[in-house]
Amino acid sequence: MIRFTALRLIEIAAVLLLMSFVIYGLIGLMPGDPIDLMRTADPHLSAADVARLKALYGLGQPLLVRYLAWARQALHGDLGYSRLFSAPVLSILVPRLVNSLILMGSSFVLAFAFALGLGIAAARRPRSWFDRAVNLFCFAGVSVPTFWLALVLILVFAAELGWLPASGIATPGKGGLDDRLAHLALPVLTLTLASVGGYTRYVRAAMREALAQDHIRTARAKGASEARVVWRHALRPALVPVATILALSFGSLVSGALVTETMFAYPGMGKLIFDAVMGNDYNLALAALLLATATTLAGNFAADLAYAWLDPRVSYR
Amino acid sequence: MAAPRPGPLRRLVFAALLFASWPALAAGHNTLTIGVTQAPGPLNPNIDVLAAKSYVLGLALRPFTVYDADWRLVCLLCTRLPSIANGLAVPTNLPGGKRGVDLTYTIRDDARWADGVPVTTADVMFTYEVGRNKQSAVSNGELYRRITGITVKDAKTFTLHLDKLDFDYAAINDFVLLPAHVERTAFADPAQYRVRTRYATDPADPGLYNGPYRVSEVSPGAYIVLQRNPYWAGRPGPFRQITVRAIENTAALTANLLSGTIDMVAGEIGLPLDEAVAFDKAHGAGYHVIYKPDLAFEHVDFNLDVPALADRRVRQALAYGLDRKGLAQSLFGGRQPVADSFVSPNDVGYTGDVPHYAYDPARAAALLDAAGWHQGPGGIRRNAAGQKLSFTLMTTAGNHSRELVEQVLQSEWRRIGVDIQIKNQPARVLFGQTIPHRQFQLAMYAWISSPENVPRELFRSSEIPDAANGYSGENVAGYKNPEMDRLLDALEVELDPAKRKTMWAAIERIYATDLPSLPLYFRSDAYILPKWLHGLRPTGNQYPSTLWVTDWTVAP
Repeated sequence: MIRFTALRLIEIAAVLLLMSFVIYGLIGLMPGDPIDLMRTADPHLSAADVARLKALYGLGQPLLVRYLAWARQALHGDLGYSRLFSAPVLSILVPRLVNSLILMGSSFVLAFAFALGLGIAAARRPRSWFDRAVNLFCFAGVSVPTFWLALVLILVFAAELGWLPASGIATPGKGGLDDRLAHLALPVLTLTLASVGGYTRYVRAAMREALAQDHIRTARAKGASEARVVWRHALRPALVPVATILALSFGSLVSGALVTETMFAYPGMGKLIFDAVMGNDYNLALAALLLATATTLAGNFAADLAYAWLDPRVSYR
Repeated sequence: MAAPRPGPLRRLVFAALLFASWPALAAGHNTLTIGVTQAPGPLNPNIDVLAAKSYVLGLALRPFTVYDADWRLVCLLCTRLPSIANGLAVPTNLPGGKRGVDLTYTIRDDARWADGVPVTTADVMFTYEVGRNKQSAVSNGELYRRITGITVKDAKTFTLHLDKLDFDYAAINDFVLLPAHVERTAFADPAQYRVRTRYATDPADPGLYNGPYRVSEVSPGAYIVLQRNPYWAGRPGPFRQITVRAIENTAALTANLLSGTIDMVAGEIGLPLDEAVAFDKAHGAGYHVIYKPDLAFEHVDFNLDVPALADRRVRQALAYGLDRKGLAQSLFGGRQPVADSFVSPNDVGYTGDVPHYAYDPARAAALLDAAGWHQGPGGIRRNAAGQKLSFTLMTTAGNHSRELVEQVLQSEWRRIGVDIQIKNQPARVLFGQTIPHRQFQLAMYAWISSPENVPRELFRSSEIPDAANGYSGENVAGYKNPEMDRLLDALEVELDPAKRKTMWAAIERIYATDLPSLPLYFRSDAYILPKWLHGLRPTGNQYPSTLWVTDWTVAP
């Protein structure tokens, strides 16, 4: 187990190093740089200004030289300054990360809790009207575009009913807990509705398969109650494939939800990464994308460990 | 040094002026939330100047001079515009036969930063020091290169020495003061100034602002809160607090407006016109919607290196073959005026004495026939060598309005036998590489200009971008006309407005005859305001309406 853990950690470090170069290279290879974009927006920016600013921002240097300079700094714990925000990368990243963790974490927990309940209930009554209704709900949830769902929720709960704020993270100048929760409600609801369908389908399928196993028949033959059969004997093996799906979703906890954040003007990681990439903010984009990569890798690592816990037949040597 | 507190008299005047804005308070509208589609970014006025930043800083900083809603140059921070007639502008002779000019400005006596420190020539000298330093990352370096020196007369009066006598010599719109008493330490290392400026590290420092409002809270990428500047000596702003919220998705912006989360949508950085027109039809009764044509000139650039497009008859045929009036009417409710040239009808240079290219498909067909492009199989014209008359048209992917216009162009040009292949690109690719590197045939986008802006970069033959000049210059069509070059050079230094008018007319005529680009229309901004807000006058130029926030009033 120790050897397995050590090898996986080395793999994670290697993947992160490789990804840092790939991400830096991809951003660098995109046509146009921040100064080119600035020139299109500012009629007074002269050609001499463009040349001077490109030199000042180091944009004239070869990509590899820029990457090595960044890597040297990063290894010393200095992630540099964000060009878009004129602030240290960490000072921008940390609040956005917290916002995303709150938003994504809340919707993740809610969606999984609902999916677990709905998936198990549907699996126990296959082809019943309840199962069909859950299926319909799942397909609707998966099929409805997030931006449309967000817009409908804003129009209903903010514009028509006036119950909830339409955007932002808090009322400027206020920001008490109730105010923050009110601002969180619609984005969390959007993300929960958008993801609960997919999770439910996975739980239902895994649970149906688990309920058809021989050991479940044996448990029932031994007179175990239905609740004990489901929660004690079927759920644990059913969670093995579900754990993989959940592990893959881990990355989204920090990479955010671009569409939902944009629709609700919610300052999270999704929008930050998008803006950083589009604005050619190397330092910020790199740090944010590497963080998302690291979280995905950590999620997969956690899933590997969870398999051993969920299924005693799995062991790592 | 501790800032002086306002004296009793100043407090009395402030209270009286506050009383004058009582209707706003009485109606319960003592705050205003403005929705915009672009986050302002760091607030240093001289670094990375973008529309959203200019909009916010219009509430909090006073430039020396700007063009107002009537497109007149006016003093905001200074007391009087220098002119040769009033003796505050003195032409000078420079080595090499060049002519320069000395301009004397006086800072308003009552101008103070929001921490109470007076605005003085020390700020002027500091701003100049920052601006001319090559490591300081200011965007408007051209202005500082033109200033060869500054002579300080006293704490309020100074003289700028400029190396060129242009007709708009008095306009120092980009010379936006930085507070020396706050920013000096951040400038200790000029190369680090862009990240150490207090506008980035502590944007709520009141000493950074000298306008009617000061920034009190910044949530990067989300919102900015502004409150009244207690040391503002002029008429106070009508609101106790103004919040500018960035909501980039326009559908969400509209929903926020309907929900009352925001009170208004800024025209300068708000809804695209087609969405604004749709909103106006559905909900306009509850709002005051103002449409204001601006200086953004939507057009199609022709790459004149493409053999078929090098023939002026083909370019003119494309103009005759497009019903621009119908297009503007059907897509934008007639709110965007059709352009006959690159000069806005609101500009002093506009004459209107140019070929108009009214929709005339028969004439377009005749021109194409004359140019050797005859009807071929499938309705697409071909030349004697059998080549199809086909072009690739590009614009910014995801720009709904432009994509709609593109489809109209494709459809109408097809009717005159011209095949159009649409190939759009993201803005950063189109503007970052394709257009500056001239890797296009037809490209649809906008030029953003300023009042009486000489189009040297657009049409002078020396401004064609290529590898040798590092792809600088904006003459991406590759247009060359010696007469145009001569007129552009002469126009810049002609001080007589009447002679300039004649030159503008000649330039417009040459442009509209040669058609290095196809003029479409001037973009309009839609201001969606609450019924209770009055006095907001869109400028239609690059100076935002927020500069005149103290003229805004609230009706009960």
